[in-house]
Amino acid sequence: MDGTDKELLETIADLHGIPEGSFNIRKNGTLLARNSDKDVEIVSKKDKDGIDIIVRPGVKNRSVHIPVLLTVGDFHDTVYNDFYIGDGADVTIIAGCGIHNDTCGAAEHDGIHTFYVGKNAKVRYVERHYANGSGTGKRVFDPTTKIYLKEKACFILESTQLGGVTYSDRKTYAAVGKDAALIVKEKILTDHEERAVTDFKINLRGKGSRADIVSRSVARGSSYQHFRSDLIGKNECFGHVECDGIVLENARIMSTPKIDAVSTEASLVHEAAVGKIAGEQLIKLMSLGLTEQEAENAVIQGFLS
Amino acid sequence: MVELKNVSYSVKDEASGRKQDILKNVNLCFDDASVTVITGPNGSGKSTLIKLLMGMQQPTSGRILFNGEDITALSVTERAKKGFTIAFQQPVRFKGITVKKLLSLASGTQQDIGQMCDCLSAVGLCARDYIDRQVDGTLSGGELKRIELALAIAKGGDVFLLDEPEAGIDLWSFEDLVRIFNRLRDKTVIIVSHQHRILETADRIVLFENDRIVSAGKKEEMFSKLTERPALCAMRVKEV
Repeated sequence: MDGTDKELLETIADLHGIPEGSFNIRKNGTLLARNSDKDVEIVSKKDKDGIDIIVRPGVKNRSVHIPVLLTVGDFHDTVYNDFYIGDGADVTIIAGCGIHNDTCGAAEHDGIHTFYVGKNAKVRYVERHYANGSGTGKRVFDPTTKIYLKEKACFILESTQLGGVTYSDRKTYAAVGKDAALIVKEKILTDHEERAVTDFKINLRGKGSRADIVSRSVARGSSYQHFRSDLIGKNECFGHVECDGIVLENARIMSTPKIDAVSTEASLVHEAAVGKIAGEQLIKLMSLGLTEQEAENAVIQGFLS
Repeated sequence: MVELKNVSYSVKDEASGRKQDILKNVNLCFDDASVTVITGPNGSGKSTLIKLLMGMQQPTSGRILFNGEDITALSVTERAKKGFTIAFQQPVRFKGITVKKLLSLASGTQQDIGQMCDCLSAVGLCARDYIDRQVDGTLSGGELKRIELALAIAKGGDVFLLDEPEAGIDLWSFEDLVRIFNRLRDKTVIIVSHQHRILETADRIVLFENDRIVSAGKKEEMFSKLTERPALCAMRVKEV
């Protein structure tokens, strides 16, 4: 690993080198390092590019790192990762991808992730996307996350796009079983001419299922973001979607909510608020001694924290 | 010492297009180590006076002096750095910003638990329960108001502008407020309030009505005036 790799790893996964426990580090389409054990097994797929991550039933308090690094241009990396989480397991999975592109060719990573979460299992899935580089080549992410939750399973998705990403099209599908819960905290920051689209389709199938989707976004420069959500209640369930956006300069944020109470027992809520930073927030922080720019930064940092 | 010299503030009435005076030729002086309570009917310009002092609005005419220096043109940030500290009538909410973060921004340093505890316990809150809470709609109006006052204490300064500090705080917690005012006795404290118990804490009371000062004087003199002519404090609502 060189300095660029280390910087990307630190940014996307808080890693200062090779982690402990189970991990799989992928760089420019090939395996850089892997560790696998009997509790959390990582095996390469035979039919396509990607890995299977198998967490044994009942395994508790384990973390799995599966970062991806992309440091070349003219490269389109598509990877299929399937996660099989055993009944009663409790794990944290830290994914994410860092692109460093100094070329004029596009660098793109598409992570197609599918989670099969067993009964009573709990997963915290942390996914960070970040890109930098001096080249004019695009830095693109098109992640797809599919989540299937069995009875009383709980899945927490913390998705963050930190900046520097030219284009992203993020798709999240979930089928939530009986008494299972899906919690999503999404944060997206765009600037310049960047575009980010995020699309949720959540199917609340089981009785007592619930979903809480909170998306916070900041768009600066001339960037554009589009938040779409489709929340379907097919049983006695509760679903809540919240999209808050701050627009600065000439940026634009669009929010398209859809809620569909197929069952009369479904309770679904959608909230959306998009606008500039409230003037009173800036004045309050300035009255504490911050300059207007410092106040703006503090509001944005807090909003995306 | 803070002085207002012939300060006027007017706005254009959007409906009629005519000029409407909010404050007219106000001359006031706030001494060091004094507590002044400004009272009067709604719409008499009290909160506007506080905003002018903090630099949130600029006077249409007149000057504001601080220790002899003309600060009329200074921004909110510049006044904050000079030692002006305000607690808003209606505290502002921030999604994602914690009490701990705001206390650190207010004090200008990373506060330790002891310092945060000092500021929060002064307003009757337990630091352990609040420092990691977000300053958003999950807090009640009374909690937000107390945190607003805690921020003023954390920031410190020489001139404290407290706009209706009692609003939203339950009556039996008035003792907390009085203790805060006593803690600030060596500062220039300017409070907007209608509450008798807050008026009682004042060294001096200023009565506003219809865009001007009707009367100003020591607490004892003013209490007798208000008792003789309670109509001075009658509600006379002027929409601004």
